[in-house]
Amino acid sequence: MSESSGLSTDDPTGAAASTHAASGADEALLQVSGIGKNYGGVRALDFVDFELRRGEVHVLFGENGAGKSTLINILAGAVRPDQGAISLNGRQVSLESVHDARRQGIAAVFQEFSLAAELTVEQNIFLGAERTTGIVLDKRSMRKAAIEIVNRLGFDIPAKAQVSTLSRAQQQMTEIAKAMLTDPKILILDEPTSSLTEREVNQLFELITTLQRSGVAIIYITHRVAEIQQVGDRITVLRDGRYIDTVDAKSTSQQQLVELMIGRPLGDFFPEVSFNPGEVRLAIKDLTTRDGRVRDVSLDVRGGEIVGLAGLVGCGKSEIGRACFGIEPIASGSVEFMGERLRRLDPSTNLARGLSYVPPDRRREGLLLDRPTRENVSLASLDLSTMSMNSVLRRGAERDVTRELAERMRVTPLAMEKEANTYSGGNQQKILLSKYIARENKVFILDEPTVGVDVAAKTEVYEFLKALADEGVAVVLISSELPEILNLSNRVYVIHNGSVRAHFEGDQITEENLLNAFFAEGVEGLNVAAKNA
Amino acid sequence: MTDIAEKPAGNPIVAAARAVFMNMGILPVLLVASVIFFALMEERFLDGRNLFNVVRQTTYLAIVSMGQMVCLLTAGFDLSIGSTMALTSVVSALVMVSVLAGSPEAFTLAITLGLIAGIGVGVIVGSINGIGVAVFNVPPFMMTLGMLSVVVGVALTISGGVPIYGLPKVFKEVFGYGRIIDIPAPLFYTVGLFVALFFILNWTKMGRYFYAIGSNRRAARLSGVKTRKHLLFAYIICGVLASCCGLLLMARTGTGESTIGQPLVLQSVAACVIGGVSLFGGIGRIENVILGAFFITLLTNGMNLIRMESYVQQIVLGSVLILAIVVDQVRLRYMGQLRVD
Repeated sequence: MSESSGLSTDDPTGAAASTHAASGADEALLQVSGIGKNYGGVRALDFVDFELRRGEVHVLFGENGAGKSTLINILAGAVRPDQGAISLNGRQVSLESVHDARRQGIAAVFQEFSLAAELTVEQNIFLGAERTTGIVLDKRSMRKAAIEIVNRLGFDIPAKAQVSTLSRAQQQMTEIAKAMLTDPKILILDEPTSSLTEREVNQLFELITTLQRSGVAIIYITHRVAEIQQVGDRITVLRDGRYIDTVDAKSTSQQQLVELMIGRPLGDFFPEVSFNPGEVRLAIKDLTTRDGRVRDVSLDVRGGEIVGLAGLVGCGKSEIGRACFGIEPIASGSVEFMGERLRRLDPSTNLARGLSYVPPDRRREGLLLDRPTRENVSLASLDLSTMSMNSVLRRGAERDVTRELAERMRVTPLAMEKEANTYSGGNQQKILLSKYIARENKVFILDEPTVGVDVAAKTEVYEFLKALADEGVAVVLISSELPEILNLSNRVYVIHNGSVRAHFEGDQITEENLLNAFFAEGVEGLNVAAKNA
Repeated sequence: MTDIAEKPAGNPIVAAARAVFMNMGILPVLLVASVIFFALMEERFLDGRNLFNVVRQTTYLAIVSMGQMVCLLTAGFDLSIGSTMALTSVVSALVMVSVLAGSPEAFTLAITLGLIAGIGVGVIVGSINGIGVAVFNVPPFMMTLGMLSVVVGVALTISGGVPIYGLPKVFKEVFGYGRIIDIPAPLFYTVGLFVALFFILNWTKMGRYFYAIGSNRRAARLSGVKTRKHLLFAYIICGVLASCCGLLLMARTGTGESTIGQPLVLQSVAACVIGGVSLFGGIGRIENVILGAFFITLLTNGMNLIRMESYVQQIVLGSVLILAIVVDQVRLRYMGQLRVD
C-alpha cells in the first residue's frame, strides 16, 4: 500500500496555495457525476453531482430524506447506484462493496455503529481484518498496532476495554480508529457529534484538522448548522434527492444555508415565547437516585413556563426526568406534583395524572417501529374513555382522534396505517410527540426533543413547545443543544455531575453564563484545591 | 430473458402475483402449489369428504397455534404447550374417572369438574411461565423449555405413563365425535375460540398491548402499558388454549394420555411463522395463523394420501418451515429496500 506523495505533510504549500492551478492537488480526488438511485418507485437520488478535493472537509447538508444517506452509502460501497459515474483520482471506478471501497481508500463511520459490543476495542478495530500467522491470531502485533492508532489519533480509550463498557463518545472514537486502520484517503463521518460532549467535540475537530493536514479528505454530515462553519470548507446542499448547490462554508451565513436546504425563506427559527408562570406544578426536593447519577437535586417548575435543564452529555440531567416519570429508581428525596407528594411513581400512573415524558431515543424507547402510525399515536391514551370502553377499543374514535393529532403535529405523509419505520427522523419525532397530546397534560418533560431531526421539523417542535407553554402546561426541556435552551427557556438549571450547579432566570440566561457553569468541569480540581488551601 | 423478468409491468399476472406475495407472504403460494400438486397426484384429495376431513383435523393445530401466536406477538414463545396438553388430559381424565368411581351416574358433575381441572392446568402452567418471563426476566426459550420437561414429568408421574380409560361417553360425544348445530364438535369450539381471540387481539386494549410489547417493550412501558401484567396474561392465554386443545384431543381419542401433543409444538410455531407472524414479536394476524395451520394439516393429509412414509413426511415438514422463513426474509429485505433513508 503506497501512499501518494500528496498525502505527506512535507509539502503543505503546494496543496494549500494552488487552488487555481489546473492540475495537481487541485484536481478532484473524488468526482461523482449524475448519480441516481431508486428504491422501489421512490427516486432517492436524482442525478446528483459531488466533488471532493484533497484535504478538504466537505459538508453534506440537507433535511432528513434529502438523499445524504443514500449518497454516502453509495460512496462507502454499501449501496450500488442505478446511474452515474464515480471517479477517484480521475480514474473511473466502481465500488462493489464496503470492503472494496475501503481497499480503494474510502472508509465510513456511520451514525449507527458497527461495533461488536462484547468484544474489546482492539478486537473491534481489527474485526474482519485480523492479522494472523498461519491460522493463529497474531494478538501481539494487533495490540501494538491498535494502541498505536489510538495514540496517533489522540484518543483516550484503553485497547483492552470491552466496547459495551465505553461511553458513546468512546465508542465513536473506536469506530473512527477502526476506519483509520486502512489509511483511507477519504473519510466519511455521519453525524459524528450527535452524542458527544462539548469537550469531545473539540477533540474530534482537532482530529479532523490533523487528518486534513495529512491530506485526508473528509465528507461530513451534520444537522448542526453551527458546526458547519467550524469545521467545513465547502458545503453541498441536497434537497429531495437533488443537487442544489455547492457553497463556500466561510462566506455563507447560517440563514442562507437553511434556506438553501428547505428551499424557501425561513421565518424566525425560534418562536417568541411569552411566559406567564402560574402555580408550581412539579417540585423536586433533595432527589437522589439509586445509581447515584442524580444527587440532592431540588428544583421546581410552574405552569406556563419552559424550564431548561442544561449540562454536558452524561451530567445526570436526563436521569432527573426519568426519575420523575418513575423509570429510574429513587433512593431518597421526593417529587411533588400539583402540590401533592407522589407516593407511587410509575409511567402508567404518571400519565393518568397528567405527567408526560418524551424519551430521548425514539427508536429504542419511543416508537413501535413496525406498527402503524395510528397505533403509535394512540398507545399512551388507550385507557381514556374516548378511546376505549371497559377495555374494548373504540376503533372508529381511535382512527379519527389519532388522525387529527398527527395532522396537528404535521406528520407527513399523513398515512396512519404506515409503519413508523417508514418515516424520516423528523416525522418519527412528530409521531412520538403526537402520542402524548391526546391526554391533558399538566407537566410535560421532554428529553432531547430535537435529536436527529432536520431543521424544518425542529422549528415545528419549537412551535409545539411554545403552544404547550401558552396553554399553561409546565414544560421541562432537557437538552444538550445550547441554542434551544438559550432561546426557549424561562429559567435554566445547569446540572453538573448529578447536582444543580447554577440557576439562571430571564436576562441571566446567556451563552457565557451557561458555558461558565458547564466549563466548571475542567476546573473542579482547582475548586477542591482552593477549598483545601 | 432477465430484461423481461425485470419489468413487472410486462405481465399483469406476474405483477398481481408479486403484489400478493409482497402483501401476504409465501402462504398463498404454498397453499395453491400444494393443492395443485396433490390434486394431480391423487384424485381423492379434492374430494369434498377429504377436504372436510382436513378442516376437522385442522382444529387441534389451529387452537394451539392461536395460543402460540399470542406468545410470539409479545416476542416470546411457548415450548411447553405439548406438555400442557398432556398434563391437562391426564389430570382431567383422572378427575372424571374418580368422580365416576364414587357415583357412577354423576356424568355432568364429572365432566364439569374434569373440564375445570383441565383448564386449571393451563392457567397454572401459563402463570408459572408468565411469572418467570415477566417478573424474573427468564428468557422465554429457557423458561418454557424448562417447563416442557417439568410438566410432562408431572403428567408421567401422575399417570404412571399409562393411558387413563373410562371417560364418560357423553364427554366423548359432546367434545369429540358429536355435532353441534350440525357442525362437528371440535370445529364448533375452534370457531368459538377463534372469534374470542380475534376479538381480544383486534378490539381490546389487552390485544393491542400484546402487539406493543412485542414491538418495543420499553416504549410500551413508557407509554403506560403494564408490561408485566400483560406478558403474564399472554402466557396464561397460551396455556389455556393448549388445555382446550388437550381436552378436545382427549375427547377424540377417549383416553387421558401423557404422550399427546408433543409434535404440536413445532407445528404450532410453523403454522404461525408460515402465517406471517414475526419471531421477533409485534407482527401477525390471527386469520393467517389459522390458514397456516390449515396448510400444514393439508400437507400432512396430502402426504398420507399419496402414501408418503411418515419419516419422509417429517423431512418435508421441517424443510417447508425453513423454506417459509427464508422466503419471508427475502421478502422483508426487498420491502426494506422500498424504504427511503
